[in-house]
Amino acid sequence: MKNAWNVPARRAERSPLFALFIRDMRLSRRIGGGTSLGVVFFLILVTVSAFAIGPDLALLGKIAPAILWISGLLATLLGLDRLFQADHEDGSLDLLLTSRTPLELIVLVKCLAHWILTGLPLAAAAPFFGLMLNLPANQLWSVTLSLLAGTPALTLTGAIGAALTVSLRRGGLLLAILILPLCVPVLIFGVAAAGAGQGSIVPFATPFLILCALTLIALAGAPFAAAFALRQTST
Amino acid sequence: MIDEKAHSAGLAAHGLIIMRLSASKLTVERGGRIVFSDLSFALDAGASLTVTGPNGAGKSTLLRALAGFLPLTGGTISLTPAADATLAEQAHYVGHTDALKSLLTVTENLAFLAAMLDAGHGGMDVEAALAKVGLSHAADLPVAYLSAGQKRRGALARLLVAQRPLWLLDEPMTALDIASQALMAQIMAAHLAQGGMIVAATHARLGLPGPELRLGAIA
Repeated sequence: MKNAWNVPARRAERSPLFALFIRDMRLSRRIGGGTSLGVVFFLILVTVSAFAIGPDLALLGKIAPAILWISGLLATLLGLDRLFQADHEDGSLDLLLTSRTPLELIVLVKCLAHWILTGLPLAAAAPFFGLMLNLPANQLWSVTLSLLAGTPALTLTGAIGAALTVSLRRGGLLLAILILPLCVPVLIFGVAAAGAGQGSIVPFATPFLILCALTLIALAGAPFAAAFALRQTST
Repeated sequence: MIDEKAHSAGLAAHGLIIMRLSASKLTVERGGRIVFSDLSFALDAGASLTVTGPNGAGKSTLLRALAGFLPLTGGTISLTPAADATLAEQAHYVGHTDALKSLLTVTENLAFLAAMLDAGHGGMDVEAALAKVGLSHAADLPVAYLSAGQKRRGALARLLVAQRPLWLLDEPMTALDIASQALMAQIMAAHLAQGGMIVAATHARLGLPGPELRLGAIA
């Protein structure tokens, strides 16, 4: 009997998760803005904070890590409400549920695409915006590293909120209310790591390692929580 | 034609010829209201079931319950022989929405769905499937530029690019013109001839040979 597997491949077989990753990257590029819009939003938040605080350079340099982190947090929330909602509205989510690929991995890949398009550019832009805020030069790298390690936790935690609010039309605000309290630990240790430069009492490694631990916890837990929420709301 | 051969060989290789879908005493509740109760039916390989009934009778609910999107209040659904894949993983669900991304081209959409839904079972390749549903000329257009009927044809093309034994079709003929309806009837007949199964909810005449399941209206 002729077996289907013996038929020569007639198209480039791709793994489902890679295909999903490519699709999400393509979609965000075609929606317009995508990466650049998040960075511009980040820039505007930083600039507005600088204007609000005034021309006190010493004060600005002191609170710069906090401004960068709060701006990063808000910029991450941008677009997070559409993470699953767009798929829910056009029926794609139903098809993802009938795939043989576990929903937890699908959530993880969608988070990865979201982080590459928002978290990664934010971390890359942070040192330049830090200069605008009179951040001491020796702290530029600590801000970048802390954002690099901490923003995945924000995206993953946000995915739980995005999954919970998937069927709500105005879910964006509810998402922010649900998620921001959960982001407080990440914010605390992120700012602590970012602010740890020369002359600070706390060494960089202590808060930074806790920040990494928080990201790993989110990595292990959030996909399961979000997938569970998606299965419930699909009904 | 090679593709159609591979299609049937794939179904045969999976031993789908002796498949059977049986549902007994299904009860589904939505928002505290019983949509239908004690619904039983069985479907052998190569057979179809047409679900009819007035608006609100629970046709779509039945299909979504079969696809595993809705929890059952009572009853069981089973697909024999038991496989490691769940019923939902062996079913194609075509709902009211077309599940196509309007910013991606038709080809990109279908290539994604083929990778996502077909676990290497050897469905048709994307070009062949588009030719089959008459969308070759629009293959590289973003879905946003297609008409409702063309979008529907694009959605139905995923039945061909990924090979799954059970088709759950909710009003598959919506927005299709007469020629496309005939084409779809032919595609469904070919699927049944290869030992597939179809459960279709409809108001239109689909021309499926199998029995009709009439759901009553809830007053």
